[in-house]
Amino acid sequence: MSDALLSIHGLRTTFATDAGPARAVDGVSFAVARGETVGLVGESGCGKSVTALSILRLIDPPGRIEASSSIRFEGRELVALDEDELREVRGNRIAMIWQEPLSALNPVMTIGAQIAEVARVHSKVSRREARECAIEMLRLVGIPAPERRVDEYPHQLSGGMRQRAVIAMALVMHPALLIADEPTTALDVTIQAQILELLRDLQARLGMSILLITHDLGVVAETASRVLVMYAGEIVEEAPVLELFRAPHHPYTEGLMRAMPRVGGTSERLAVIPGSVPPPTAWPSGCRFRDRCPYAWERCEREHPPLYEAGEAHLSRCHLAVEPERRNHPHVPLAAAVGAGSGR
Amino acid sequence: MTSAATRETPWRATQHRAPLLSVRDLVVHFPVRKSLFGRPRGVVRAVDGVSFDVFPGETLALVGESGCGKTTTGRAVLRLIEATSGSITFEGVDVRALGREPLRRLRRQMQIVFQDPYASLNPRMTVGAAIREGLIIHRLAEGAEAHARVRRLLDEVGLRAEHASRYPHELSGGQRQRVGIARALAVEPRFIVCDEPVSALDVSVQAQVVNLLQDLQRQRGLAYLFIAHDLSVVEHVADRIAVMYLGHIVETAPGRALYGEPLMPYTQALLSAVPVPDPTVRRARIVLAGDVPSPVDPPPGCVFNPRCHHPARDAACTKIAPPLEPKGRLSESGQDPDREHLVACIKQPPTRVSWEDQRAAGATQEPMLHQPGLRGR
Repeated sequence: MSDALLSIHGLRTTFATDAGPARAVDGVSFAVARGETVGLVGESGCGKSVTALSILRLIDPPGRIEASSSIRFEGRELVALDEDELREVRGNRIAMIWQEPLSALNPVMTIGAQIAEVARVHSKVSRREARECAIEMLRLVGIPAPERRVDEYPHQLSGGMRQRAVIAMALVMHPALLIADEPTTALDVTIQAQILELLRDLQARLGMSILLITHDLGVVAETASRVLVMYAGEIVEEAPVLELFRAPHHPYTEGLMRAMPRVGGTSERLAVIPGSVPPPTAWPSGCRFRDRCPYAWERCEREHPPLYEAGEAHLSRCHLAVEPERRNHPHVPLAAAVGAGSGR
Repeated sequence: MTSAATRETPWRATQHRAPLLSVRDLVVHFPVRKSLFGRPRGVVRAVDGVSFDVFPGETLALVGESGCGKTTTGRAVLRLIEATSGSITFEGVDVRALGREPLRRLRRQMQIVFQDPYASLNPRMTVGAAIREGLIIHRLAEGAEAHARVRRLLDEVGLRAEHASRYPHELSGGQRQRVGIARALAVEPRFIVCDEPVSALDVSVQAQVVNLLQDLQRQRGLAYLFIAHDLSVVEHVADRIAVMYLGHIVETAPGRALYGEPLMPYTQALLSAVPVPDPTVRRARIVLAGDVPSPVDPPPGCVFNPRCHHPARDAACTKIAPPLEPKGRLSESGQDPDREHLVACIKQPPTRVSWEDQRAAGATQEPMLHQPGLRGR
């Protein structure tokens, strides 16, 4: 992808644990184009947040990014940068917002002072200019009466207003890429609607790229143009958003969509994915989803599936791509047969 | 619970049955103190006059956003929090009047499953011991009999016998929630408050636990007060739904009526805000302005009025507290009391707050039906 802003190849992030190396992110490759919103979807422990932290090189020992990994951003190899060079990228060219806005804010500093600090650290502006900038940013993210709010402390703001303040802080330097890790998960649904609206609006106005990390397929459907589905440290499916929801190929994606209750849905009993995600210290051989998969056959145990082409710009890490007739023969997955923590 | 049609049948059979739990005008206020030794400076009106019934074998869902009072209501019903006023009747027994010992006996009938199973389990107690505890406390079984009961319960919630010797940290989130459920079931209750039981779980595991709760309900005839903020889960599990906002129930109806014909403007906004997992759908979204007001100083009149999008909203809404009254197609057809669709809004017709009374309170807009397109399909 020539217009890629971010291009990741073979990213491997491993944590040393008592139970051996935990391969949290295990050979992840993808790209984010300029102005694009990419959704990175998966459940707890799939490696989506570690992927985000790896892009910012925020992995501390006992974790490490393996040297063979490549993270190219605006033509630079982030894996090779030293701390000083990294600081220029972080918060300046790539910004990140987290699930819990309170943890990203300093409780004893006013909102305005925190935003102004970002401006002063990254560019040489006067105090007055930094304060003006803070007010401008608060206005940009739709905080009412920004001239007054700028002097308030985080605890004086509601959850939704705090997340807006965090977004304001992230956007001070007009980053090219915003990484949003579950930005609305801690918020109520009416406030979530406000924040998603804000992110869409800001992206249209500022032209930045967004990597949106979430477990919520509804949020992805409404926000992303392209979706990556992660499972057990790997990307198992990648497709444009319409294609993914119209024709999910990987059995894990299919299972997630069916397990989700939806407003207006008619199913009487939720489909379940039996069993649970294996620990990152012991990914199964072959296909990592095979124990929980209703289609798995002996090839899935023997052979680790590559990312096959499953359609136009659609990739799927499933042997069904080359043996599609197997989809006609679903069976009870192994994890259900064994019964360990399975759905009943 | 196999099809929508059979889901409704029990209602025909239960229509004249007495409610298992009856809550009337429940009020829970917490004092706000300025400083450690200061006098109370006001009250947080966490729950401000809530009434509802739960019938045997049904699921009533309490939904709403943070701070609406749903969790406080659930805990007050079990007397884990003491109510300020109001009545709570369980099988004809006045729960608020019970002394220590009768209350302990009653708790055998009324159990709770918490959101975070990890926080509700003692980390130094094995799964087996945690489940056995209730059996011992209520003198239901001991020794070999208790062990056998624990094994049966583990099996019933989809765990294996060897899980009895494990500690909570050795289990996954879904397995811990199964333990929480087994623990509640051990004393054979008739009623369980499920306080956000699947909110902390991943989608695939959430589906397993939702199905388990529904299976157990059918097998044991359990009634649930299901407290949740996730409207899609609620639609799936609930027979009836009560929507809470700022300490009040603002709308209550059987699930189908509530989702199909929401009438309280807050419910309309809440439902329209749920993200649709279908990128071809662009829903007509009602984005509410601002935030929920503080329960220390709730707006007078209708508590939702400062954020309301009803076109007929006017000065009367800031003066008249709207009664929870029957509206909508379901009410027109003259349904049973336990199938009612009740709505608190004086601007959605019909209303027993007369136009004269509204005008006297400064009304300029006559009530008119407002139903913004919710499902843009």
